Amino acid sequence: MRNTNTVDVTPTGTIKSGMRRKMKARLSWIPVLAALAILILMLIGGQVHFGSFVTPGMLSSLLVDNAYLVVLAAGMTFVILTGGIDLSVGSVMAFTGMLAAKLLSVGVPVAVVIPLMLVAGALFGTMIGVLVHFFDVQPFIASLAGMFLARGLCFVVSLEAIQVKDPFVLGLESARLGSGDWYITPTGIIALIVIAIAAWVLAYTRFGRTVYAIGGNEQSARLMGLAVARSKILVYVVSGVCAGIAGLIFTSYTAAGYSLNGIGTELDTIAAVVIGGTLLTGGSGYMVGSLIGVFVYGVIKTAITYLGADASWERISIGILLLAFVVVQRFIVARANRN
Amino acid sequence: MSDNAVVVEMRSISIEFPGVKALDDVDFTLRSGEIHSLLGENGAGKSTLIKALTGVYSIDSGTIQVSGKERTFAGTADAQSAGIATVYQEINLCTNLTVGENVMLGHEVRGRFGINWRATHAKATTYLRQLGVDVDPRSQLSGHSLAIQQLIAISRAMVVDCRVLVLDEPTSSLDRSEVEQLFAVMRRLRSRDVAILFVSHFLDQVYEISDQMTVLRNGKLVGEYHVGELSRSELISKMLGHELDELESIARTASRTIDRTGNPILKITALGRKGSIEPTDLDIYDGEIVGFAGLLGSGRTELVRIIYGADRSDHGAVEVRGKSVRLSSPRHSSNHRIAFSSEDRRAEGIIGDLTVAENIVLGIQAKRGWLRRVNKAQSDEVVAQYIESLDIRPVSPHILMSNLSGGNQQKVLLARWLATAPQLLILDEPTRGIDVGAKAEIQREIAKLATAGLGVIFISSELDEVLRLSQRVVVLRDRRKIAEFDNHESFDIGDIVALIAKEGAA
Amino acid sequence: MTRFFRSRLIWPMGALFALVLLNTISRPSFLSITVKNGQLYGSIIDILRDSAPLMLVALGMTLVIATRGIDLSVGAVMAISGAVALQIISKSTSPNRIGTVLIAIGIGVFITLLFGLWNGFLVAVVGIQPIIATLVLMLGGRGIALLITGGFITTITSSPYAQMAQGHLLGLPLAFFFSVGAIAIIGLLVRRTALGVLTESVGINPSASRLAGVRSRGIIWSIYGISGLLAGLAGILYSSNIMAADSNNAGFLIELDAILAVVLGGTSLRGGKFTLSGTVIGVFIIQTLTSTITFLGVPPAVTPVFKAIVVILVCLSQSSRVRQWLGRIRHLRGAKPPIRLSGLETEVLAERKSV
Repeated sequence: MRNTNTVDVTPTGTIKSGMRRKMKARLSWIPVLAALAILILMLIGGQVHFGSFVTPGMLSSLLVDNAYLVVLAAGMTFVILTGGIDLSVGSVMAFTGMLAAKLLSVGVPVAVVIPLMLVAGALFGTMIGVLVHFFDVQPFIASLAGMFLARGLCFVVSLEAIQVKDPFVLGLESARLGSGDWYITPTGIIALIVIAIAAWVLAYTRFGRTVYAIGGNEQSARLMGLAVARSKILVYVVSGVCAGIAGLIFTSYTAAGYSLNGIGTELDTIAAVVIGGTLLTGGSGYMVGSLIGVFVYGVIKTAITYLGADASWERISIGILLLAFVVVQRFIVARANRN
Repeated sequence: MSDNAVVVEMRSISIEFPGVKALDDVDFTLRSGEIHSLLGENGAGKSTLIKALTGVYSIDSGTIQVSGKERTFAGTADAQSAGIATVYQEINLCTNLTVGENVMLGHEVRGRFGINWRATHAKATTYLRQLGVDVDPRSQLSGHSLAIQQLIAISRAMVVDCRVLVLDEPTSSLDRSEVEQLFAVMRRLRSRDVAILFVSHFLDQVYEISDQMTVLRNGKLVGEYHVGELSRSELISKMLGHELDELESIARTASRTIDRTGNPILKITALGRKGSIEPTDLDIYDGEIVGFAGLLGSGRTELVRIIYGADRSDHGAVEVRGKSVRLSSPRHSSNHRIAFSSEDRRAEGIIGDLTVAENIVLGIQAKRGWLRRVNKAQSDEVVAQYIESLDIRPVSPHILMSNLSGGNQQKVLLARWLATAPQLLILDEPTRGIDVGAKAEIQREIAKLATAGLGVIFISSELDEVLRLSQRVVVLRDRRKIAEFDNHESFDIGDIVALIAKEGAA
Repeated sequence: MTRFFRSRLIWPMGALFALVLLNTISRPSFLSITVKNGQLYGSIIDILRDSAPLMLVALGMTLVIATRGIDLSVGAVMAISGAVALQIISKSTSPNRIGTVLIAIGIGVFITLLFGLWNGFLVAVVGIQPIIATLVLMLGGRGIALLITGGFITTITSSPYAQMAQGHLLGLPLAFFFSVGAIAIIGLLVRRTALGVLTESVGINPSASRLAGVRSRGIIWSIYGISGLLAGLAGILYSSNIMAADSNNAGFLIELDAILAVVLGGTSLRGGKFTLSGTVIGVFIIQTLTSTITFLGVPPAVTPVFKAIVVILVCLSQSSRVRQWLGRIRHLRGAKPPIRLSGLETEVLAERKSV
């Protein structure tokens, strides 16, 4: 190891570390700030280009229309922080939605259906987590299995869409609270609550800190006596539960359970989380970054609609933006390492 | 020494692996308030014994008693709960977290709303202060040197209230002042009745810091000695089982004269890179071994990496046999018949999942490109030649590289480079972390090759090795070459150290 | 090298054998082959033909995975080659001439080769993680294909083009020969030259390989190029089958099937050593699985459930195998489940070697 720092033993016998560069405790904030900068730039750019782009209505819909993605991103952040990945979230979201629609259509009360959705999500997460931790299966493959399973089970429940007529579920999306042009729906509130709780867990609970530790160096975390096994499985459970919540939100949004929902959503989620400053290698990233990432995604979608361009440009632009972000992130990391 | 309470008592420990008895009826005693070194070369059973103590391995027979109570460890967590903490060579902390968090991870101070960070960081400071370390707990761990990180790891051990601290090769990457600082901390802990198990290859340090020594050889206990009881050569012969002829027999090659009239193999002029190594000049001639001496961080590795093209230079020129060249990548250097063996053989040398044969042939294959494959007959011949001349064990070329011991891995890497018939061989710490026997073999081979005409740049932290082998010694400090002289019988380690110190004071 | 895998190929071969057995028991006609007009027909023949696109993609994926990478863009790339080729043929005045067809195919595959090299550039030169680099093309590629066809699903009538997926040679489906050809060429490429062992070296330890003088960058770059090329060829086959450029459905989710085939065959996602024969078996497993499900009358949409079960079973079997293998080398008698050993202890073991 190169010793780049001087070490003094002061007269009283204490050892100080003379760090040549005051290393900020949170170097990992830089990618998040970059994401925020991009978001603001995009909003300004849109405003300049379209005239009336940044309106209360648009900002409100940014959250409400993408509430499902916010929740998915929250769960995905946990998984990616440990250095893993969860490809099943889109399919689990679809499955829980399908399950809910089916149960509601045969008369099961809402108060039973909603918890059941969360449990279903948790079960998928547990399966993936156990495969990853106990059987040493790579997260990519394990969550791929989860994705296949959930998607297939969607079709087992029903090959066609099932309409949802339950007033409570529909109300989650349709009820508007707000003043003037600002508005928010219960689904939006749910999304914000989820992010807030998730952020708190990451910063103020042992579980959250263990998540970061695992992402930093799993072997060290184990040697330090942390509950690595439990935490590794738990992050997938969290992701699964979030997928269940997202299923609820999405179902109320589309007023139906449909087996082709959420195809490709896992990629959107990963893109949002990465754009938001969380490193795919794990150990670095913040919940608020993922929220910003989702907003970036939402602004792009809105801009494309305003431009009247073909919807396929949406994916292309996300792709380009993701690329740009990753290249810049790489540049920043390389600079930091050289210092 | 014998008045101190016995903390750990291992009796008649035996552990067997398929085909080899790693530990055969070994006893080991550790007392509180003592620093105890465990010594032995590769295969002696040192690492196995430690793993048995720290819960990594389960024992086949024998007993382990901690503070009088018999314990069976089902895993590392069990050993930790018995008060045995280990700080490994690669320091198992999380560099993406803060110092304070690393110290307190898993034991953070919690309030009603979750972790109370202010209190947690304050507590961390307390633990660090107990060791005499003053570091901002809110700073990120990765910003601190390895030496400080090590001390932070030791603080962590104090948090879990350990009675036994196992330090596994803690000084391999530290410079002199950092070693001093570590020893100061160890002495502090000793005065607090912590029992410290110190594992190191550096015999000087063992003599400096330990109270007791236990020597193992071939899985058996040779004996436990008070540190004043044995001289260095007695100790080494107990470790090796026979007199120290090996090392003495490598004739001091210093007196060999080098013909410096023709073109040097390599001539660098003002070669450097900002922040890593100042512009430096150097020539190397056929048959010459140039030894680089210097402390860690002096720039030795940086310089040779730039020479080899593993890292980019931003200043200076290189000539190979009088012709100006640009060595901008390992490929270019290889084309000019320059070979380089990195100091980190695990990360930059061995290809673990490939066989010994494939590892040896890799250098030649890389030169030939992917299209022209080295055929089986050629490969077998080359591989067999080097397995024999370097005495690589086990002798089968089809064993996976990852299954060899450190010393044999280093020999395989040496074979890889020698097989490419280089004119200049750069060796960065080739004998680090290797048993005494293998060290001697490698040094002997290097001396032989140089006598036959190979140019060598040899970096080693062990100054006696540098003096033994080199015709010319280059001394570096703080990223600069501060001295260069022809080696002479009369020079010894003290001279070099003085050189470094004198320049520092000036 | 083959020794290393000889024991490991048993698992995928066993799985394939079990599947075939299952099929034969439930429908004895599974194994029957009939001859009509000098051409062979039967379920097995269908499998040989239908597996061709996946085979091509999976071969490329094996090499990419061996370099510790992944290529998520292969499906999108398939759409692009189909779009390019069909646009050329549809705009041509003589769509039935073999020359036109060959040019169209050539250009289509060449373009996908370039896209593959683009991926390789991002990974090898810029240093972006493969999953992200190829994700970009995966997200954007279909959009690009749609732009090429102007938003439509271009259809053509061209009998030479149709021959590839629908024609026969020596009684067997022509598409099958694409598979065989690819296996042979790639196989020779990696084992007769040093490309195979150098790729493994790069995948196992990239920095050591670089220092050893291996042209890591060049190798990684080329391998992504090969993956793009093979995916392009697969896209041609796919569009030849339906005689249309369906940018949304071409190669849909094929990357996942390809990764699955590679993993089923025994190559680890961690990179390093790889096995082409394993991948071939893996492809046949997946194709047979699809055939089984269709036969059972299960709606094809439910196929993923079975794939999931197969993935899980194979992963479990591979995992315990690793544990047993470990047990033979290091006798760790801890009666506790080896679970604790797989992560920490193996790494500690690996590093402790030098002490």
